[in-house]
Parts: sequence; structure tokens; C-alpha cells
Amino acid sequence: MNEAPAAKAEEKPASTKDVVISLYKAQDKVYPRSVSGFFTKWRWVIIWLTQLFFYGMPWIQWGQRQALLFDLEARRFYIFNLVFYPQDLIYLTAILIISALSLFLFTAVAGRLWCGYACPQTVYTEIFLWIERKIEGDRAARMKLDTAEMSGQKLFKKASKQFVWIVFALWTGFTFVGYFTPIRELSQSVLTLSLGPWETFWIVFYGFATYGNAGYMREQVCKYMCPYARFQSAMFDDDTLIVTYDEARGEPRGGRSRKADSNSLKLGSCIDCNLCVQVCPTGIDIRKGLQYECIGCGACADVCDSVMDKMGYPRGLVKYSTQNAVTKNWTHSQMLQRIMRPRVLIYAAILGLLVVGLLVSLWLRTPFRVDVVRDRGVMARLTDDGKLENVYRLQIMNGTETAQHYRLAATGLDGLEIEAEDRDHDENDENMEFEHSVMVKPAESRWLIVDLKIPDGSAESGSHKIQFEVQSIESKETVIEKSVFLVPR
Amino acid sequence: MSDFTSNFWPMFITVIAVGGILGCGLLLWLTSKMKVSTTGSDNTSGHVWDETLREMNNPLPRWWVWMFIITIIFALAYLALYPGAGSFAGKLGWTQVNQYENEVATANKALEPLYARFVAMKAEDLAADKEARAIGERLFMNNCAQCHGSDAKGSRGFPNLTDGDWLYGGSPEKILDTINNGRIGMMPPMGAALGTEEDVKNVANYVLSLSGTSHDAARAGLGKDKFAVCAACHGADGKGNQDIGAPNLSDKIWLHGAGEAAIIKRINEGKTNQMPAWQDKFTPAQIQVLASYVWGLSNK
Repeated sequence: MNEAPAAKAEEKPASTKDVVISLYKAQDKVYPRSVSGFFTKWRWVIIWLTQLFFYGMPWIQWGQRQALLFDLEARRFYIFNLVFYPQDLIYLTAILIISALSLFLFTAVAGRLWCGYACPQTVYTEIFLWIERKIEGDRAARMKLDTAEMSGQKLFKKASKQFVWIVFALWTGFTFVGYFTPIRELSQSVLTLSLGPWETFWIVFYGFATYGNAGYMREQVCKYMCPYARFQSAMFDDDTLIVTYDEARGEPRGGRSRKADSNSLKLGSCIDCNLCVQVCPTGIDIRKGLQYECIGCGACADVCDSVMDKMGYPRGLVKYSTQNAVTKNWTHSQMLQRIMRPRVLIYAAILGLLVVGLLVSLWLRTPFRVDVVRDRGVMARLTDDGKLENVYRLQIMNGTETAQHYRLAATGLDGLEIEAEDRDHDENDENMEFEHSVMVKPAESRWLIVDLKIPDGSAESGSHKIQFEVQSIESKETVIEKSVFLVPR
Repeated sequence: MSDFTSNFWPMFITVIAVGGILGCGLLLWLTSKMKVSTTGSDNTSGHVWDETLREMNNPLPRWWVWMFIITIIFALAYLALYPGAGSFAGKLGWTQVNQYENEVATANKALEPLYARFVAMKAEDLAADKEARAIGERLFMNNCAQCHGSDAKGSRGFPNLTDGDWLYGGSPEKILDTINNGRIGMMPPMGAALGTEEDVKNVANYVLSLSGTSHDAARAGLGKDKFAVCAACHGADGKGNQDIGAPNLSDKIWLHGAGEAAIIKRINEGKTNQMPAWQDKFTPAQIQVLASYVWGLSNK
């Protein structure tokens, strides 16, 4: 974006003035003015919902443990009654794809809904701004305070703001780590000052990121760092709802008395009060049209509506509208009809399919997994009693939180015998009465060595397809895993 | 490394690494300011795409340039501390090998209290201890199962460790010794010493008779006297000698194959079989746990 138009400059007539400028510009601090209205109200509703979830969820218990816990050390994810293993990564993939597609769908319908209402960058900026406003006052007061000489009062205000910000940021970091270390234990460690090095690092790091991004970086993150901000225009089309300024109605803009007749003054509805610029969290002027900095928060629409009300003009000089609706003068219902266009329907159909697929797959998921690994050390061997033997290792992963017993069987060859022994079994365990059964502790996985044999000569030499059937004695569910039995020449 | 004995390559790498970093700094400095015309300019670069998209000539935020400067400082600090600039080893003296060795030492130190309990225990108790057995099993799976099989039942050439038959003795002490120092089992080719092919076949049948396997009784009778040559190691009764690792021939366990043909082949060709020594790879406590695990396989 910074290509030097050197060649062009040389062609210019000698009358133009050349100046040397810096390619890097200090950040112009944005002082968003407080605003209320329809969109602002909804943004606060979403902020409350998402943040109640974020800060509250780790404190909710499910049985003996935290309802939502990502135990990275043990590589187990606990989500309510489900226990996920690293082998369940496909579900995470599915959730990420669904999230991405939802983003596409919402963007196609109404632009940057995510950015304006739910993105953590927006949410935390809004919260930090709220704190700032409570302590330092609204836009004008803050601007005045920043330019004022240092005084006792200024120091007090700035220090209190920093204090509240830092406490809030650390609480955020603490909550974040609480998703990975049980939060009740974590709070004990905090109180007794016995945090581990990684827990300390992540609390401070996540807290610092919250503090820096929401307190200082703010719109800079959206403008220069966020990749989504830059590629979202690929999902826009002329029927996407975006925050627009009704130029035909607003121009020519100009100040006037409330009692003045705008028709006789030959003025549009825009009174050029500049409030839409003052409330904008990214510091742009919506009247210049759609800009990549616009996060679609609707603050300008809210403030303009309040101005229109005061002036006695109809609302909606700045409003959600589409490119087509503006250029073709569509009515509201005409515009809304275009929401159901092929792009949106295709996004919605794929999204629906994936959500149903994920739910069905979760529904059909067995609460345990089996992996079969053929022994690499021994291809096949003859036993003393004249049988041909293959060795396997079975990994049984118990995805429940109670001890489970599994019965092993193998099929696929005539006279196939299985020999498996749980050497650690408890003599008094009544569920171990079945032959070839094994006990696996809650949410643990276990390797078991299994020998399969057939009478020598009962199968042709080569590789034979067989399958292991592992049945949970408690839940009666069966998992079938394929493998091969090798018969040497 | 012999390809890099010349001083040229370390210099070459140093010049590229340091020069690249300094070059970035220079580029940053040279491009931080530029000349633009202010009059008649609409602040675009003059590029237009898709009919209406114009490229603006906006400056980058100032904090962005700080990130560039931080990466340059980081890179220079990295080159000073870590190996990167040619043959300069870095102030910290870090290498992959010593990082690995430090991690192993840390892990061993962390495990010391656990092993301290095991070291004080007798092999019989260790084999019965669930925790020790679980560790022994993991050590076995990662290091022994490749040859002896996951179920430790071995295969041709690799002894079965679960059957109570031992080439060098099955006491916990003997097993410990075998794991520590390894074993080389050697049977020389004996065909010539025995005489003709017929003699070899006769001895083979006698050997078969020792374990009660089906054999040619007439040949076995003829081979009995010749077996005296074999008895030097395998003993007059063919029950072997654990001091030198001579196998017992009177049982039905055949490490290198059962039947007349396999035995004739072994007599004619001999056999050298090796188990590697492990004492350098593990701590003594680990080997103790492993030996007890192996002992426990045949002494449940």
C-alpha cells in the first residue's frame, strides 16, 4: 500500500511541491464517544452473554470434575459428559470448519457481524472503554485529560484506570488458564502463591494481551493485524447488508437551526454534526462510503438516529442497507428478499449439512476406541503345540469416567484362537469373569498384548484379513478393528 | 563434517546471516522516509483495480516499525547467544546433544525418588509390584520387544522369555547380567569333526531322540557315540550348560528351528547369536526393574 509514486512525481509539472514524509505514522488515538441505541444495546447483550459464559463456565462442575476442561498434560478434553482423546481431533476440525462457514454465512448476509458484536477484540475494547469512561469521563473529558498537564487529579484518574484494567486483565488471564488447569485448584494455587511456571506465564501473557489489545492497540488490531478484516470483502456482494450513509438524502450536508426548513436552505438531512465520526471506534467517517476499517458495529447508525429524532427528521440516514438497495432505490422488503440468494443458500446448506454430520457423528460415537498394532518384531511363529501364532498390541482407550471392562474376540479365519491376559486384574473383580477380558481405568488408555493362533497348515500362506471385536461389558457396545494375520510360506 | 574443513563455508554462512540482518536494518532506514508531491495528489498510488478499487498511499503505523527493530535486535542477540554465525558456537554453548542430555538427566533426577523405592526391593517383590511392572513393561516394549516380541515369546533366533527355559540361567541376577553385558552365543561348525554326512545325520537323530521327538532309532543308536564330541558343551546327557550358554537339547524348545533338517544345518554351519549389552543406555535402577519384569514373565 506504500508504493512510491516516484515516476509519476517526476512527470508532474515543476510547480508541484515535493516534501519528505515518514512512511510510518504515529497512531492517532481514537476517543470514541459513548453512544446508545438499538445496535449498541444488542452489542452489550452479546458482550454479557459471551462474557458470562467465558468467566462463568470454568466454575461449573460436572460430577466430580469441571464441566469444561482441556487437560493438555493428560491429553484429554472433558466437555460435559464426553471425554475426547487426541484421536478425536476430527471433531475439533469439524467445529473449526463450521465456525469458518458460519463466519462466511453471516458476512454474506450482513457484513462484519462478528467484528461488530462478538469478536473478543471488540468485546474487550468495549469493556475497557467502559471502564475508561467511568473513570476519565466521555470523549471530550478524556481528550482534555490527555492534553492536560500532569496533576494530582490526572495521576489519580490514570492510576485508577490502570489498576482496574490490570485487575480485569489478570482475571481474564486467570479464567483462560482455568480452562486448562481446574480453576478451583488454580485459585488455591493463586491464594497460596504456589502457581506453576507455565500457569504463571499464561495468566500474565493472556492478561497482558488483553490489556494491550483492548487498552492500547484497539482499532490497530482490526486495521493492521487481523487477516479476517482483509479477506472478508471476498464474501461481500451488492446484496450484503452494510452500514451505509444515505448520500442522496444527506447531501448537501450543512449545519442549521432545528427550526430551519432544510428545503428552503437547499440542504440535505445531514446536519454535519460529526457525531458519527466521534462515536466510531476505528475513527473513520462513514459518510465517505464503505471502508475496510469499518467493523460494522452500527454506532454511527445509533447516534445518527438520535440526532434525526432531535431534528424531527425520519431515522435511517445512516443505516444497514445494501449496495443494490442504495443504487436501485429498493424498498426495505425488496432488499430483505435478496437475502435468500444462491450464495447465502449454498453457505447455509453446507453449514447445515456439516452441523447435522457432526451431531450424528457425536451421537454414534462409541465411548471407547481401539487401535490394533501388529507386532513388528515377530511376523509369525510356530508354537510348541503346533500352532501358528501372530502377535498384536491393542490399545484400548476408555472414553468414560468409570472403570470399564472389555471382552476381546477375533474373527476372520477358521479355528482362530485368541489369547489375551490382563495380568493386572483384581481377583475380586466380578466383571472379569469373562474370558479374554480386560479392565481399563476411567479415562485412561491401555496397551494389551494379544496372541492369535490357528492350527498350522489350516490357512494358505499369505496375508489374511481378520478383525478384532472389542465389546464393552458395561455398555454392550462393540468396536470392530481390522488387521491381518500372516501365514509364512 | 569432513566436507566442511575449509574455513570458507563458516565465513560464507556468517556473512549471509549477519549481512542479511544488517541489510534488513539498512533497508528499514532507507525506506523510512520518502519524497511525495503534495499538490495535485489524491493520496493514491495511481493503481486502480476492478474499475473502482484504488490503492491508497497511507503510511504504516509507527508501532509496526518497532516490530521490525525488535526482530533485528532479537536476531543479533540470538546470533550472539546461540550457534548460527558460522563456526561461532554462541555464548551459551548450546547444542542439541547437550540439551538432550540435560533433559534426560532432569527426567532421571525426577524419577529418582520413584526408583529409590525399587532399588531397595528384591526381584521377587519387584515383579509383583504393579507400578514397577508397568515401568518394566514400557521399558521392555520400547527396547526389547523389537526382537523378543511384545509378548516376550520370541521367534526363531530370538529366545522366548516366558517359558522358564534359559540359555544362561534364569535367576534374577543372571538376567540382570545378561541385560547389562549382553551375550554372544557361539556354536562352531561341527560337521568335519563328526565325520561324514551320514555321521551328521546319525547324530542329528540321536539329538532328536533326547527330547523324545520322532526319530530313526537305528541312526540314533549309531550317532550316540559320535555325540561325545557335542557333549563337551551340551553335556553327556544333552541337557546343556548355562555357564557357556549351550542349549538344552533334551527339551522341545528349538531356538533355530525344530526337526532333522534344521539340526543338521546347525551342526554343519554352526551359529553365532548375539544379544546386545544395555548398561550404557539405562540407569542401573532401570535395568533392575527391567530384569525383574523379565524374571516375572516366567515366574508368575
